[in-house]
Amino acid sequence: MTDEPSLNLFQQQEANRRRTFWLMVGFVAFFAWLGFGGDYIYHLYTLRAPHQAYHHDFPWFGIALSLVALLLAWYAYKTGPDKVLWSTGAREVIEPQGPKEQQLVNVVEEMAIAAGVPRPRIWIVDDPDPNAFATGTDPLHSHVAVTQGLLDLCTRDELQGVIAHELGHVKNLDVRLMTTLAALVGAVALIHDGATRFFRGGGGGGGGGGGGSRSEDRKGGPLLLILLVAWIVSWLLAPIIAQLLALGVSRKREYLADAMSAQFTRNPLALASALQKIEGAEAPTEHIKRGAAHLCIADPLGRRLTDHEGLFADALATHPPMAKRIAILKGMGYAQLKKEGGAVS
Amino acid sequence: MGPLIFLVLLVVVAGWLIAAYNGLVSLKNQTLNAFKQIDVQLKRRHDLIPNLVNAVKGAMDFEKSTLEAVIQARNQAVKVNAAGPEAIKQISQAENALSSALSRLMVVVEQYPQLKATANISQLQEELTSTENRIAFARQLYNDTATQYNTKQQQFPTNLVAGMAKAQTADLWELEDKAERAVPQVDLSMKPKA
Repeated sequence: MTDEPSLNLFQQQEANRRRTFWLMVGFVAFFAWLGFGGDYIYHLYTLRAPHQAYHHDFPWFGIALSLVALLLAWYAYKTGPDKVLWSTGAREVIEPQGPKEQQLVNVVEEMAIAAGVPRPRIWIVDDPDPNAFATGTDPLHSHVAVTQGLLDLCTRDELQGVIAHELGHVKNLDVRLMTTLAALVGAVALIHDGATRFFRGGGGGGGGGGGGSRSEDRKGGPLLLILLVAWIVSWLLAPIIAQLLALGVSRKREYLADAMSAQFTRNPLALASALQKIEGAEAPTEHIKRGAAHLCIADPLGRRLTDHEGLFADALATHPPMAKRIAILKGMGYAQLKKEGGAVS
Repeated sequence: MGPLIFLVLLVVVAGWLIAAYNGLVSLKNQTLNAFKQIDVQLKRRHDLIPNLVNAVKGAMDFEKSTLEAVIQARNQAVKVNAAGPEAIKQISQAENALSSALSRLMVVVEQYPQLKATANISQLQEELTSTENRIAFARQLYNDTATQYNTKQQQFPTNLVAGMAKAQTADLWELEDKAERAVPQVDLSMKPKA
């Protein structure tokens, strides 16, 4: 999470590949812990049960949960982009309708040339709030989506800056990490809800039937207690941890993608003015839900937190403060103007 | 202990050699590919111009010379089929002439609102803007990649491998156009460009 802008492109891509891999490993490991931990606790619990009663010796939960998590991680990686696009209700631009869409297609093709990546597939989200995001697994399978509001509000140059920013994410493989993360956050929520429901149903039934044996053998010792507490805390915290990961992973990347946009367009001031317009439109982007927020160029939820820096905001905001991004871009723009002026005189 | 250190050193040096060689080859191919991209975009422009000329011809009985200059520059550019070390220079000269002829035409179109009002024209204008941008961005990518390639093969210690990888300095795409060379206005007020 400490991206240094000085890393070159190859290192960025490598870091993103590695992070995606470890993210998926961590995801599976976490569910393996939940499963096998549960097995072990249940095993300790049934250890002293009468001979003919049920003994939990084979780790069914662990194996089942690990398999489910593995399948989900693979599924999330494969279908992440589709899921993200589906969740925003975006429609693909195949035959551009009208001059604005033609311009969008042209701009995307131009910026793909400038970035040296294949042309991504283009999508429009029917939302009046200006915003944009990119998703995909690699430059060959990538998607760029903009809202109708962005199309209506931005000039050609500003649109170029925004698209170049998104292609920056595509080129350094941010999209892979961020999309997989979005899909996994969704999967965690899903498993968590499902499992909670299952345990509530199952636990209620079991509590009634096993009441007699429980009072006899409650001597699992402190180990059982500690395990049980850690295990329950893990269950409760799973969705929160996933959310925090999603928040933390994207902030530094925005500065980097801004810089890449400036490199592709050689026009940082256009992106600065686009960001100003996006910032000026206060309304949240309603079509983009919490799960995909970290993919966007600007925080779609319109949280005031994004305006601040510091420990609290660092932990909870998905995006760096807009004012700072704009200031950095303007700095680049003026430096460029000065250089051009200086080269002549 | 001695032979072991020697062996480790050998492996490290061999690894570096392979990495440097492969890096140069990869950059060389990227440079070639970037050059092909410019070519693709130039072809696109050549194909677009007859349409553009047809669209404005009917509405433009005036300014015939501007239109003819565009047609002539286009035909000239299509004809250039040079190969060899002078290729880039020749192609870029012809294309830059075409660029300036086109920009003159676009200035003329801007001056006649009734011409601009035609949907056809504004669509073509967008196409032309896009094509010019594509060429400019393809050129930028080529120059960036070529510069990276040139720097890499000249820098120590990669330059030791440059001969082995048959690395040659790639020509940059120069701006010969007078309009593009012209002195930009220097704005000292530090206001952002509108």
